[in-house]
Amino acid sequence: MAKPASKNSPAAKAVAGAEGDEVPALRALQQAFDANKKYAASDAELLTFYEQMLLIRRFEERAGQLYGLGLIGGFCHLYIGQEAVAVGLQSALKEGHDSVITGYRDHGHMLAYGIDPKVIMAELTGREAGISRGKGGSMHMFSTEHKFYGGHGIVGAQVPLGAGLAFAHKYREDGGVCMAYFGDGAANQGQVYETFNMAALWQLPIVFVVENNGYAMGTAVQRGSAETHFYRRGTAFRIPGLDVNGMDVLEVRAAAEVALDYVRNGNGPVLMELHTYRYRGHSMSDPAKYRTREEVQEMRDKHDPIEAAKAELIARGTSEDKLKEIDKRIRQQVAEAADFAENSPEPDLSELHTDVLVERY
Amino acid sequence: MAIELKMPALSPTMEEGTLARWLKNEGDAIRSGDIIAEIETDKATMEFEAVDEGTLGKIMVPAGTAGVKVGSVIAVLQGDGEAAAPTPAQTPAAAPAPAAPAATGSVAPAAAPVAAKDPEIPVGTNMKSVTVREALRDAMAEEMRRDSRVFVMGEEVAQYQGAYKVTQGLLDEFGPKRVIDTPITEYGFAGIGTGAAMGGLRPIVEFMTFNFAMQAIDHIINSAAKTNYMSGGQMRCPIVFRGPNGAAARVGAQHSQNYGPWYASVPGLVVIAPYDSSDAKGLLKAAIRSEDPVVFLENELVYGRSFELPELDDHVLPIGKARVMREGRDVTIVSYSIGVGFALEAAEQLAAEGIEAEVLDLRTLRPLDKQAVLDSLAKTNRVVVAEEGFPVCSIASEIIAICMEEGFDHLDAPVLRVCNEDVPLPYAANLERAALINAEGIVKAVKQVCYR
Repeated sequence: MAKPASKNSPAAKAVAGAEGDEVPALRALQQAFDANKKYAASDAELLTFYEQMLLIRRFEERAGQLYGLGLIGGFCHLYIGQEAVAVGLQSALKEGHDSVITGYRDHGHMLAYGIDPKVIMAELTGREAGISRGKGGSMHMFSTEHKFYGGHGIVGAQVPLGAGLAFAHKYREDGGVCMAYFGDGAANQGQVYETFNMAALWQLPIVFVVENNGYAMGTAVQRGSAETHFYRRGTAFRIPGLDVNGMDVLEVRAAAEVALDYVRNGNGPVLMELHTYRYRGHSMSDPAKYRTREEVQEMRDKHDPIEAAKAELIARGTSEDKLKEIDKRIRQQVAEAADFAENSPEPDLSELHTDVLVERY
Repeated sequence: MAIELKMPALSPTMEEGTLARWLKNEGDAIRSGDIIAEIETDKATMEFEAVDEGTLGKIMVPAGTAGVKVGSVIAVLQGDGEAAAPTPAQTPAAAPAPAAPAATGSVAPAAAPVAAKDPEIPVGTNMKSVTVREALRDAMAEEMRRDSRVFVMGEEVAQYQGAYKVTQGLLDEFGPKRVIDTPITEYGFAGIGTGAAMGGLRPIVEFMTFNFAMQAIDHIINSAAKTNYMSGGQMRCPIVFRGPNGAAARVGAQHSQNYGPWYASVPGLVVIAPYDSSDAKGLLKAAIRSEDPVVFLENELVYGRSFELPELDDHVLPIGKARVMREGRDVTIVSYSIGVGFALEAAEQLAAEGIEAEVLDLRTLRPLDKQAVLDSLAKTNRVVVAEEGFPVCSIASEIIAICMEEGFDHLDAPVLRVCNEDVPLPYAANLERAALINAEGIVKAVKQVCYR
């Protein structure tokens, strides 16, 4: 092995460029996060996180049921197990100001951004009242009002699109940031790295979020990725990384604070890796031959983000009755959404040809 | 031994240029690698470097001479004979770039017959001769002045002033915030542009050529074209993807393809392919203002051609409308982009033989102006489609289908198509010439449908 060139050698300087090779921020964000991993949520905040995660969980369970009944068609990717990621991160955003974009597993991110469960569920059932008027489906939902930009079915495409949203924030100088989610599978797409390069080059206000749930469809991370530490993958572009436990909503939120502080101060992008887990299959038609039941059960029993938040609430003195009441209310809310989705009419056939183009030529 | 220094070709499509200035005088010693002169084209200024050594003899073309043909002798280099250090590269007539053969037959002469007036342009409007390149630049500049959300991004669009100089001067006027050089990363920047449009801006994304947009076609189609529909009309994507499309000259198969039929097959896109300066400007301005994603297909071989451009404060043309470029009663030649030049050339030849051809320029490929095709068919009863592109699943195929489905009763002969050969475009000059559409092929097809 060649001896590494001394730091002051011409070779080292040539590699490092004129500004030297030290980029302290590459590690500084992780250090700041490690120093204080738990977000000091107020009781009210913690309760909100809990309610939002529970809403996602119950919503997705219901969606799974409706799929089984044939009311939801095509592809349907559930977010069960990953709730702490969207809730912890998006609670740190300014809703309606900061942009959010994600891939096809998008129900949770919408619910975490305060979008009405009824119009989401009605979209899943392909009804006129759906948020995309029944034309998008599970993978293609948007709310420009909330600055939620989808909902994209091509793996990885949301990453440059997110950088474009960040570009628009910077261009308009509105102080907004974009949070762009993608999975451990999408993290191997070439366009992700094209985007890292430009986002760092142009100092775009974007937080790249890898939701590492361990499996790209049925391919375990270590079978598909040479570098399995996704948070390190920005280093080549001088993008600092954050390695975060995505099963704890307070840790996620604490990391979000660190990332957003950096990005909002005009320092360019951050890459976060959130270690999470999906309890259900990749989509509804997943034979789950690639992992054991025991592995899933272990995560459910010992690392569930909702149970953790619940334990914390109880430790802080929230009564069991109150938690039961919340659960009941959320079940009711989801039942109403499901009824709405089931009973809303399908789009009128005249809608077939609308919205292809905006203008008439 | 005297060596003739010849006017070099600085790009695949260069036919002539200006000898801007001489950096060496007659009698100066020349060493290999010396810069002898500066050559200017409408695209760029380039340095002319010596390959051989010797003494600059006679300068045949004085500085400032415009229109110097590629391959013509511009100076003579006197060899130093035995006294000179031996240089292995002393071969005669070794200009830096091989002198382009006179046979650039694929390049159509700018046929400018008596064109039919565009009804969109008010009668009595003052006209000015402007290149397509300038018309496109002016369209972008005017729209950027008008709307601060409009910006242009792409490879070499800013500091380099555009790989084909279409964005020349924009950086100076609008600055680096709005004229953005990207790395060579088409998929990525097409996605960033598309996202910026979703976020409320009005991006113009330049592809150095549409061949490279193949890397980015996912964002053009899956992200830009489909989102409005998938979102139930909620999320718009007002973006323009533009750049040269189709065959250039002698650049081989990977750089020579017309993607018009590809994009025109996708609902959710507007696809424009103008021919002359007026349409280039008027339609690019319309494209930038459109709420829909637009693929705007230019043609490198047409960039340098001059056409009449109306001098209007705000020359915007309607998208989706074809234009009768030349009126005729005997046959209709439907075309678009560079094909229109060949069609007009063919119409001139046919007129000399007593056949009056109507030339219809589609201008917009999607939405296609079906009615204009059918109206012209009803008038002439005969149609030939001329398209610089592959014949299979082409715009020509589509026009033929339209004529058959909706104009069958008006047809007095089968509709014929004149396209490029169904092969990847070859490099060799003779093969390339044989593969590309030309006026002669159109003339032949017209005679066939006229049974002459």
